[in-house]
Amino acid sequence: MKLRQLSLFLENRPGQLKLPCQVLGHAGIDILSMSLADTQQFGILRLIVKDEERARRVLEEAGCVVKVTEVLAVEVPDRAGGLAEVLEAFELCGLSVEYIYPLSAGHRGKTAVLAFRVEDPDAAVKLLGQSGIRVLSREEAFEAMGA
Amino acid sequence: MALAPESRIWDPAETLPRDELARLQVERLRATLERAARNGFYREALARARVRPEEVRDPDDVRRLPFTVKDDLRENYPLGLLAVPRSEIARVHGSSGTTGRPTFVAYTRGDLERWSGLCARFLVAGGLRPEHLVHVAFGYGLFTGGFGLHQGIERVGAGVVPAAGGNTPRQVMLLRDLGPEVLVCTPSYALHIAEVARGEGIDPLGLGLRFGPFGGEPWTEEMRRAIEGELGVEAYNNYGLSEVVGPGVAGECSARGGMHVSEDHFLVECLDPASLEPAAEGEVGELVFTSLTKEAMPVVRYRTRDLASLDRTPCPCGRTGVRMGRVVGRSDDMLIIRGVNVFPSQVEEALLRVEGAAPHYLIEVARPGTLDEAVVKVEIRPRNFSDEMRQMVELRDRLDHEIHSVTGIRMKVELVAPNTLARSEGKARRVIDHRMERR
Repeated sequence: MKLRQLSLFLENRPGQLKLPCQVLGHAGIDILSMSLADTQQFGILRLIVKDEERARRVLEEAGCVVKVTEVLAVEVPDRAGGLAEVLEAFELCGLSVEYIYPLSAGHRGKTAVLAFRVEDPDAAVKLLGQSGIRVLSREEAFEAMGA
Repeated sequence: MALAPESRIWDPAETLPRDELARLQVERLRATLERAARNGFYREALARARVRPEEVRDPDDVRRLPFTVKDDLRENYPLGLLAVPRSEIARVHGSSGTTGRPTFVAYTRGDLERWSGLCARFLVAGGLRPEHLVHVAFGYGLFTGGFGLHQGIERVGAGVVPAAGGNTPRQVMLLRDLGPEVLVCTPSYALHIAEVARGEGIDPLGLGLRFGPFGGEPWTEEMRRAIEGELGVEAYNNYGLSEVVGPGVAGECSARGGMHVSEDHFLVECLDPASLEPAAEGEVGELVFTSLTKEAMPVVRYRTRDLASLDRTPCPCGRTGVRMGRVVGRSDDMLIIRGVNVFPSQVEEALLRVEGAAPHYLIEVARPGTLDEAVVKVEIRPRNFSDEMRQMVELRDRLDHEIHSVTGIRMKVELVAPNTLARSEGKARRVIDHRMERR
């Protein structure tokens, strides 16, 4: 029920974003989704790939510092107010969202899938299930992303 | 020490003929050795060197004496080199240490009086008169700069504005509203004051400043011209270090061709830092000082790590003390950033405190405007990297805080990618000082 996301440290200077993308490209690894959080001097690049173990290995061999973090692939109604409703449910469950970013849109017609990072993903999966929020499995998530 | 109206020589001893000076130095060196022997550290050191005070017959006999280095003071923290009873201490000052503890220096009442006279010498040489007002923008406190200059100024009979450090807009306001004739601070701070003044719409040339004795960090002839051009002052150099006495070891006369060392109070040697043999005449070497009149904490052959040359040719001003050139470098890795002594090992200590193990780092010092800026680049390692932005920012802030805590100054911390800082065999290059590059 959890996706394994790769996080990379990037200095905020030219070429730093291209490097990991090139490394993955050479290794034939497709980036399914990504998010980039930045400060003035450095950033954290978050990536979703299908084989994150192999991706982590090639990135580390290339000198990158990589961390694996678990995120939840959550279904969100793809219409105005859809995200607000899902966030309301998170709040009622007492779950605080660290960050979110899109994984796919148009899944099964009227839903989008977003990656949510919470502090305790396992506890979150249980609580969300009880409030009618759909957390996708790894396979369902990859299918939604066209992988 | 009355001051003749046109004379800019504070003390007649500054013009002692060389042979009389030599006799005085021998007499005072013997007395210093006797005094130093009251202290355990020096008693042992002198016994090991097998030198008895009465055997000293010539100033050059100082070469038979043992050296004193900064580590000796550190290892004898807090006052292990004291040569008088504790009750006779009239003042304690200190300088920054590489382990975060200051190195203390102590003064008796007699030491304070001699110290103020030594500062009076270079102040008067630069043109200070009793009717003048002096703005002192050196830090007051343990630092010897503030109090040292303050006493010297009062000894001359001039007035002091003890502005101390920081808050440059306020400094500018004091200069504008009180109109002192003299400014005391580091050379780079003088330029910074001028810049801030202009920023407030105040013409630095209109402040009425006439002269400035500047010191506390190395500076070039170029900088002197810049300071004189921007503030309308005559800029004079002076040199000192707290371990020897503080400011007042040497200062420029109106000829401004080197700083006269007060040789009646300090024996000076210029040695090759590797062989510790005297450098050739006029060649750059490490300055080593032996105090001749200090009571509380005499120092014998103190290795300053400052590199400069000595000029023994006669000076048109009539002073007979040898002239030292500008300090051109260090024989160790110490940096002076915004007037504060900083060792790379201090930064390493700070990083260690935060990360538990010292990562690869690089200190880059530059002066893009008028003030020194230091950037510490720290390589990220897997165990310090977190997916949470907040934790990364916190890491950087903790490194910031710790570096400030250990060194006393703020440096900008930049987290950099691993393996991006140059590696080398043997001792890693931890510092790049862009200020030394030609513009």
